[in-house]
Amino acid sequence: MDSITIIAIVSIITAGLTTGIGTMFPALSEGRAVVSALQSVAQQPDAAPTITRTLFVGLAMIESTAIYCFVLSMILIFANPFWNHIIAG
Amino acid sequence: MKLSPDQTVFWEYGFFSLNLTIVTTWGIMFLLVISAKLITRKLKTDMHISRWQCFLEMVVTTINQQIKEVGLKQPEKYIGFIGTLFLFIAVANLLIILPWYQPPTGSLSTTAALAISVLFAVPFFGIEQSGFIGYLKSYIKPTFIMLPFNIIGEISRTVALTIRLFGNIMSGGLVVAVLLSIAPFIFPIIMTALGLLTGMVQAYIFSILATVYIAAAIQGSKKKLSTTKQKEVQHG
Repeated sequence: MDSITIIAIVSIITAGLTTGIGTMFPALSEGRAVVSALQSVAQQPDAAPTITRTLFVGLAMIESTAIYCFVLSMILIFANPFWNHIIAG
Repeated sequence: MKLSPDQTVFWEYGFFSLNLTIVTTWGIMFLLVISAKLITRKLKTDMHISRWQCFLEMVVTTINQQIKEVGLKQPEKYIGFIGTLFLFIAVANLLIILPWYQPPTGSLSTTAALAISVLFAVPFFGIEQSGFIGYLKSYIKPTFIMLPFNIIGEISRTVALTIRLFGNIMSGGLVVAVLLSIAPFIFPIIMTALGLLTGMVQAYIFSILATVYIAAAIQGSKKKLSTTKQKEVQHG
């Protein structure tokens, strides 16, 4: 196997793993966040606007980790620096 | 496959290149400015106002209320910045219902520019509130040891703002593009509708996070002011 093949194999497998694992755990934690927010809304409906706003901000924070993983795998697939280096060199 | 509208270049001269992002951004800016100018040309205080004035009043009132709920007491001071951010991102994301439109927020340079403007707006409003020294003191807030962590936090949240908006919008466009090659009939429409929802949520989150950062910078120094005032009262 020459180095281009190795880079292609490793990049594709790593991209899939990155998005897979990187979305799994944020999904779990977002589920927990939504569960506790809904419970507190059910207990205190008066505080619903505040809880919703805080929930959205928190969800965005959690979700950004998944987005980082997605952007990383997009870089690995579409704009791989090692691949470009080998092709150019 | 084109990842971002930066790669569609219309005209290039030396360092400067005119790509689709710049064209779309200026188009949205003209759209916003001209429509706002047309609507506010004949404002009325009657019982019967035009429906566009009603819509605009609704938008402004809602943004003001949201800013106030986060904890900024005078939303009129901040709506110029935060409202512009929200309206620009929301319109840029909503226009994906037009065919062949590529949102400028799906380009890393646009989101980086927006996040950097937030990065500079936070010390601007903080210094305006409590003076230069008072703002700098908010960096050593709990103890002096927290100084590097505060600076790292300032930079990393800017990067987070950038990547969050870019990743969400870019992934929406990418999923639609991939689905167009697999199942081009119905599913891209559903994903575009989902993209509209995420676009609005991201616009809300971007502006609310900017508000939270500004509020944190202001309240951190305001608390000090009030305590010193109390001390003065006690001493006096």
